[in-house]
Amino acid sequence: MTIAIRATDLVKSYTPGLRALDRVSLKVTSGEVLVVMGPSGSGKSTLIRTFNGLETLDGGKLDVLGVRLDAAHEERQVRAIRKRVGMVFQQFNLFPHLSIVDNISLAPIKVQKRSKAEADQRAIELLDQMGIREQARKYPAQLSGGQQQRVAIARALALDPEVMLFDEPTSALDPERVKEVLDAMRQLAQGGMTMVVVTHEIGFAREVADRVMFMDQGQVVETSEPQAFFSNAREERSRKFLNQLLD
Amino acid sequence: MQRRRLLLQIGFAAVLLSLLALLINNLAVNLIRTGLGVSFSWLQRPAGFALAEHVLPYSPSDSYAWALAVGWFNSLKVILAGLVLSTLLGVGAGAARSSGNRLLRNLAGAYVALIRQVPLLLQLLFWYFVAFLGLPNTPAAGLIHFSNQGIRLLGLPLSVEFCSVLTGLTVFTGASIAEIVRGGINSVPRGQWEAYRSLGLADGLGLRRIVLPQALPAILPALTSQYLNLAKNSTLAIAVGYADLYAVSDTTITQTGRAIEGFLLLLLSFLLLNLLISGGMAAFNGAVLGRLRSSR
Repeated sequence: MTIAIRATDLVKSYTPGLRALDRVSLKVTSGEVLVVMGPSGSGKSTLIRTFNGLETLDGGKLDVLGVRLDAAHEERQVRAIRKRVGMVFQQFNLFPHLSIVDNISLAPIKVQKRSKAEADQRAIELLDQMGIREQARKYPAQLSGGQQQRVAIARALALDPEVMLFDEPTSALDPERVKEVLDAMRQLAQGGMTMVVVTHEIGFAREVADRVMFMDQGQVVETSEPQAFFSNAREERSRKFLNQLLD
Repeated sequence: MQRRRLLLQIGFAAVLLSLLALLINNLAVNLIRTGLGVSFSWLQRPAGFALAEHVLPYSPSDSYAWALAVGWFNSLKVILAGLVLSTLLGVGAGAARSSGNRLLRNLAGAYVALIRQVPLLLQLLFWYFVAFLGLPNTPAAGLIHFSNQGIRLLGLPLSVEFCSVLTGLTVFTGASIAEIVRGGINSVPRGQWEAYRSLGLADGLGLRRIVLPQALPAILPALTSQYLNLAKNSTLAIAVGYADLYAVSDTTITQTGRAIEGFLLLLLSFLLLNLLISGGMAAFNGAVLGRLRSSR
């Protein structure tokens, strides 16, 4: 089993004396789905944003797909990693002035130097896989939130990433739109994709996750199998959080 | 309430009209007193003065009308070149101000701060007397050549006066455009940067393809004002002896004593020029907004 992400004692601080990440260590093996849970401000978003260099680190060792991404990293290394790690954001962040197809094919054309015809065809295939082929020629604002988020997943997949990062992908969606996005993610996990998912969706975590990691105040409180975590969490802080979530 | 508003409107119009009548009356009385009628026949007479540079063929035996036309084209030449160069400089400096490179960011910030504190007239005099006239007088050689007798760029000869006005207008307007571009860039949500970066796109490409197109609606209206300012500021060319429309008009008025007609022509010429600029920008703005609307 190869290790996709190995983090040791990661430290990140936005304001002096307050640590957004406080000596976080974890391992993600290839093909694994890791779900990260925790109250807001616990550092879970900060953590996964370090995995593709959107956040820089103040300390610790970080290895993503064999490339060092910690404090000593270089800009070129970060860009190389971003081509191999896809990311999906809470607010979708589609490019509003580009059509759905162009949103997806821009990076393959510019980063992987594929031809426009090839990239467009691949974009249509991905949209088909996401069940929204008919939206290809529209613009982001013409789509529902759930459709936009599926476009965002397709856009990240277009570079054939080895790891996918999801930063609260369903938190900005209407409740009736959550399922279509979770279904797309479930399909991805079944295909063997290595995934790190920050989410509050217990159903998804229970069913899809290989492990659940619980964070609070920048620290990893516990990491367990989903069955164990949801029925009988080891730590008091985890149990308190789960009770609040279920109320 | 409705009637009171109507009465106020009528009252306001009456005040404006009587002010206008007063001015026209004053003008007519003065013209009669000096024995000058309003006439444009002098335009046909030979101008008699030389112009140091001209885009169109010109000699002192040509008419005043032709001299003014030559001045108009000289203005147009420096304004068009200024619009292009100040836009390039402004977009570059504006992008640099929101760049991750600290040296670049501070350099651009210092440029904007310095240029905005100093009056344009002083800057023009600086470029003319210190920068360009300060160049050594060396005989022309090569494709690119700088001397205090003139600049030669890829075989194209440019006068020291033209270069001073162009540099002054470009550097001055570029600083204002840089601030407008920076504001436009800052109006684009941070998530857009994160999105293109997470796809492995380089910052230069992301700026061109993702950020600037979304910043345009915020940039264009203010950019139009800067373009119009540049066109109007070009009349300061007279300070360094560049034969622009205002300089030619000034000489013409001095020689003929036809101040009213001269200024009328000057006003109309600038009106025409600025209508062209704002018309062009309005069309561009409309195209940008139209494309944006079709994406909503």
